[in-house]
Amino acid sequence: MKIRFRTIGLIAYFIFLLLPIYWLVNMSFKTTGEILGTFSLVPQNFTFANYIMIFTDPSWYTGYLNSIQYVAINTLISVSVALPAAYGFSRFRFMGDKHMFFWLLTNRMAPPAVFLLPFFQFYQTVGLFDTHIAVALAHCLFNVPLAVWILEGFMSGVSKEIDETAFIDGCSFPRFFITIFIPLIRAGVGVTAFFCFMFSWVELLLARTLTSVNAKPIAATMTRTISAAGMDWGGLAAAGVLTMIPGAIVIWFVRNHMAKGFALGRV
Amino acid sequence: MDKWENNRAWFLILPVFLIVAFSAIIPLMTVVNYSVQDILGPDSRYFVGTEWFREMLQNSRLHDALLRQIIFTFTVLVIEVPLGIAVALTMPARGWGASVSLVLIALPLLIPWNVVGTIWQIFGRPDIGLAGVAVNGMGIDYNYTANAFDSWITVVIMDIWHWTPLVVLLCYAGLRAIPDAFYQAARIDGASRWAVFRFIQLPKLRGVLMIGILLRFMDSFMIYTEPFVLTGGGPGNSTTFLSQFLTKMAVGQFDIGPAAAFSLIYFLIILLLCFVFYTAITSIEKEASK
Repeated sequence: MKIRFRTIGLIAYFIFLLLPIYWLVNMSFKTTGEILGTFSLVPQNFTFANYIMIFTDPSWYTGYLNSIQYVAINTLISVSVALPAAYGFSRFRFMGDKHMFFWLLTNRMAPPAVFLLPFFQFYQTVGLFDTHIAVALAHCLFNVPLAVWILEGFMSGVSKEIDETAFIDGCSFPRFFITIFIPLIRAGVGVTAFFCFMFSWVELLLARTLTSVNAKPIAATMTRTISAAGMDWGGLAAAGVLTMIPGAIVIWFVRNHMAKGFALGRV
Repeated sequence: MDKWENNRAWFLILPVFLIVAFSAIIPLMTVVNYSVQDILGPDSRYFVGTEWFREMLQNSRLHDALLRQIIFTFTVLVIEVPLGIAVALTMPARGWGASVSLVLIALPLLIPWNVVGTIWQIFGRPDIGLAGVAVNGMGIDYNYTANAFDSWITVVIMDIWHWTPLVVLLCYAGLRAIPDAFYQAARIDGASRWAVFRFIQLPKLRGVLMIGILLRFMDSFMIYTEPFVLTGGGPGNSTTFLSQFLTKMAVGQFDIGPAAAFSLIYFLIILLLCFVFYTAITSIEKEASK
């Protein structure tokens, strides 16, 4: 009896979780007129028009390409600079290590709104405004600390004897790090890449401020459509559904390792 | 694990330090620079010292926004953390059920924040949204665009929907890390379900719960995009949180000086709370490892 009560609770939570998503999918198959005109649980005039519109209109699909581009650059930078740093934090005690770690964490926790104006002016001055690299660099502010944090947890789970054995055998540090150590924690690298991907993908405030045309992310394309084209709700809903797909694909691949990353991690 | 003592490890940290410093320290210095000046144009700026700071600290609209922010953060933490633990405890532990529920639970986290706002904007509409129609159908008068309380509740529920999955994922990870031997020992002792939770699962979850609470606390303190899209801070100022207030001032009214001063105050509040949390966590960990 008790078990059944718990199961019902879980099902209720999943309904709460999925209903808004269902509503989004439902809307994406309706015309804007139907969305605003009538209340219906399933589309009455089922239509793919919204999706066709997104895949044929360059101003929509370039948004996706822009987003994917800067998210990929950001993930690449974050993971590659965080790997050696996480190794340093997990293996060595050095002057100021704890302060350094805390300072990194504070950047994860700095409100983007604080950095909005200086970022805008800074990137405009150095001529990087409206480029993918500008957004990727700006997102490093919160993704690099996160990547160090997660990777450090994974690396601390690997016994130090492996390092020692390799060094006694005469393996140089870069060789050991790339050919032995990184393959050992590849699950951790996958999870870290996923989190960097996710947080860069969903961030809008900085991405929107630092771009105008050439690197405009999909999320910003959506907000601007609201004001310009008189609320194309059907198109918005279809675009929203499409924004979920890349992340869902990535998460399917790392789902088995995801649990491990945080359980090992420290704060 | 004992660590090697070696100051050359700094070279490993250097790339991270440089890249974070590049995107954190330079902008922060710019903010400090603005916060002490009155800028009227590109060529006319005056040093005004701490005037903006004094003005901001006495600004009553800032106090209101801060109070709203604290109430909001407290509310979502009190709901999301226990709910997240409960869901993580109930979720299937292995098999295809575990995979499917993990992916489903992570879905809200993968949606760009403004899309989250857009979804709830329609979802809550009393004429065409499922939630709005359902709640009004139950005989409760609900309209989030007109009623301040309704709009506040909608933002809270949206945040619970959006971020409880993070707590669930973290707790789920923590639960999977508990060795079976602990449960077997509990079964031999005839421990009740509650005793297992209180004396085995909860202590083992402490680490991940701290991460979860820390992340949720900070992120809810910085919430901007979702309420901006959903309610635009209104009706009135009922859902204007700190970030909205700041952005309105910096971008909307272009009061750079006061906005910069406010940025610094905001950052210091977060830094202070962050430090308190961090110290608390590390001291708990030290005690646990004794």
